[in-house]
Amino acid sequence: MYQQKDFVLTIEGLTVSFDGFKAVNDVSLYIEEQEIRVIIGPNGAGKTTVLDLICGRTKATEGSIKFKGKELTKLKEHEIVHAGVGRKFQNPSIYEDLTVFENLELSYPRGKKVWGALTFRRDQEVIDKVNEIAQMIFLQEMLSSPANLLSHGQKQWLEIGMLLIQDPELLMLDEPVAGMSVSERKQTAELLQRITKERSVLVIEHDMHFVEEIADRVTVLHQGKVLSEGSMEKVQNDPKVIEVYLGH
Amino acid sequence: MLQTKLRSLAPKNDVVSFLILAAILLVALPILFDIFRLNLIGKYLTFAFVALGLVLSWGLGGILSLGQGIFFGLGGYAMAMFLKLEASNPENTQIQSTPGIPDFMDWNQLTELPWFWEPFHSFGFTLFAIIALPALFAYIIGAAMFKRRVGGVYFAIITQAIAAILTILIIGQQGFTGGVNGITDLRTLHGWDIRTDSAKYILYFINVMLLLATLVAAQYIRKSKLGRLLVAMRDSEDRVRFSGYDVANFKIFIFCIAGIFSSIGGAMFTLQVGFMSPSLIGIVPSIEMVIFAAVGGNLSIFGAIYGALIVNWAKTILSESYPELWLFAMGAMFIAVVLAFPKGLAGIYESYVQPWVDKKLKAIQDKKAKK
Ligand SMILES: Nc1ncnc2c1ncn2[C@@H]1O[C@H](COP(=O)(O)OP(=O)(O)OP(=O)(O)O)[C@@H](O)[C@H]1O
Ligand SMILES: [Mg+2]
Repeated sequence: MYQQKDFVLTIEGLTVSFDGFKAVNDVSLYIEEQEIRVIIGPNGAGKTTVLDLICGRTKATEGSIKFKGKELTKLKEHEIVHAGVGRKFQNPSIYEDLTVFENLELSYPRGKKVWGALTFRRDQEVIDKVNEIAQMIFLQEMLSSPANLLSHGQKQWLEIGMLLIQDPELLMLDEPVAGMSVSERKQTAELLQRITKERSVLVIEHDMHFVEEIADRVTVLHQGKVLSEGSMEKVQNDPKVIEVYLGH
Repeated sequence: MLQTKLRSLAPKNDVVSFLILAAILLVALPILFDIFRLNLIGKYLTFAFVALGLVLSWGLGGILSLGQGIFFGLGGYAMAMFLKLEASNPENTQIQSTPGIPDFMDWNQLTELPWFWEPFHSFGFTLFAIIALPALFAYIIGAAMFKRRVGGVYFAIITQAIAAILTILIIGQQGFTGGVNGITDLRTLHGWDIRTDSAKYILYFINVMLLLATLVAAQYIRKSKLGRLLVAMRDSEDRVRFSGYDVANFKIFIFCIAGIFSSIGGAMFTLQVGFMSPSLIGIVPSIEMVIFAAVGGNLSIFGAIYGALIVNWAKTILSESYPELWLFAMGAMFIAVVLAFPKGLAGIYESYVQPWVDKKLKAIQDKKAKK
């Protein structure tokens, strides 16, 4: 049905078992270039675990994950990043003791080895890129403040910015608008729409309003399995989905 | 461009702190104290190398090693082996049943110098070993632990166990190592008698210069992107990993650097104090070294040096009068620092002394401006 080469990410038969409990069970997922795909599902459905598997944080028990034809299940975390996959965590995960500038700078794709980090120079190219990204994530005024002074929403943006500066071809965001105000959510939706022009995005989100706004296609996960997939409209009207997820 | 680079490497406060420290160590202390006391201070300062390494690995990188005595010992023993071989020339040892080998080997019925002692006839090799041995050893420990993602308390316990094993090994292999007494009766370096007062003066200054150079190296690392990366790893290791860094390599690197610093300290200890023994390697000395860094402030490279000086000075005073009290005092000091002053002396300086100095300076400037 699908032609392999059209997809940035091809997941087939992905299964992971924690002591016999299959948190992700025979999941297949195909993501196109420049697509925004949203994964929804009740708590504990295995959404975060799918991201963990893609980015190498958890090793798959079975199945394959191909990114631009490259098998990811055999690579180490940092190798997967270098292949072009960026990932935001569910809890904003930034460097609290460093400034916003330093947070972004550390994610800049240069000097990633010991020697490179030791001799890294903050040249104009780095400064320009950091400024450009800071502008995008609405933090240009905050560059020199320590990251622990940011609000929850701003921390979420900062982490997205740290991914953007790596310029990944696949961006994975775990609940990017959790804890954000309504206006911050709107800004984030716009941001995502803007950045997806050059890449594919895989988002996990609970906020249906937000999902509707950004998703090209939606995958519903339930008890580790794909329950339904398609446009937001189709999924919302799927009786199976209504029963387990949207019904209450 | 160069200027901005220099400024970011050495902010004004750090330059002032550096100059004050250099003035104290190079001018004030040598004027104030006789050579006996100065030699003691020199001994204290050899522990400052270790504390400095701990500031980088523990303070900055969050890697707590309770076995830095291992590396202090590697450097110390390497230097001691060289000096011992020179002290054991055939003339000095002609009454032994095997002349030309260290006395403790003769007492242990060895008739030949063990193979691993041979290269220490060369001073060049010895200097190389003082850097390379701890680096290699730290690399092996670090690679074994950090590649497997062993960290935190487990790492601390394992380093401690290695320190204990090393001591037991040295004590057990008396014929090869000098056993529990260590390597003693060291005399000359290329014919230069290191026991004289003038030699002790010179060694003190060499020690201080090396310490200041180490300090500059530590500052460079701290201010490099690698330094910020270590802080980042402490905050959120996964984020660093998923930003494309192989976290283990950075931990191994900084652990190696801390090991090398300690080893230099150990070698300078041997030179200034004139012996090296297992009592400087095991669990207790290794924990003491952590306390030097904690008291000084585990985030401050200057604090580490003052911490090593002050705690050792307190130890000397206390153990002269109440030797059995020292361990309790040390424990109490550690608890006090952790609970009340988690940033150590450096923290006290930053929150009380520095603002006061700044205020005074500003007042003076304002006065001048008015005139
Ligand atoms: N490393 C692990 N070891 C054991 N069980 C795990 C592990 N990781 C996840 N699980 C389990 O797998 C299931 C799926 O978890 P996951 O975090 O993927 O859910 P989720 O869909 O992201 O939920 P939420 O919406 O609450 O974030 C949960 O029951 C969880 O307890
Ligand atoms: Mg989750």
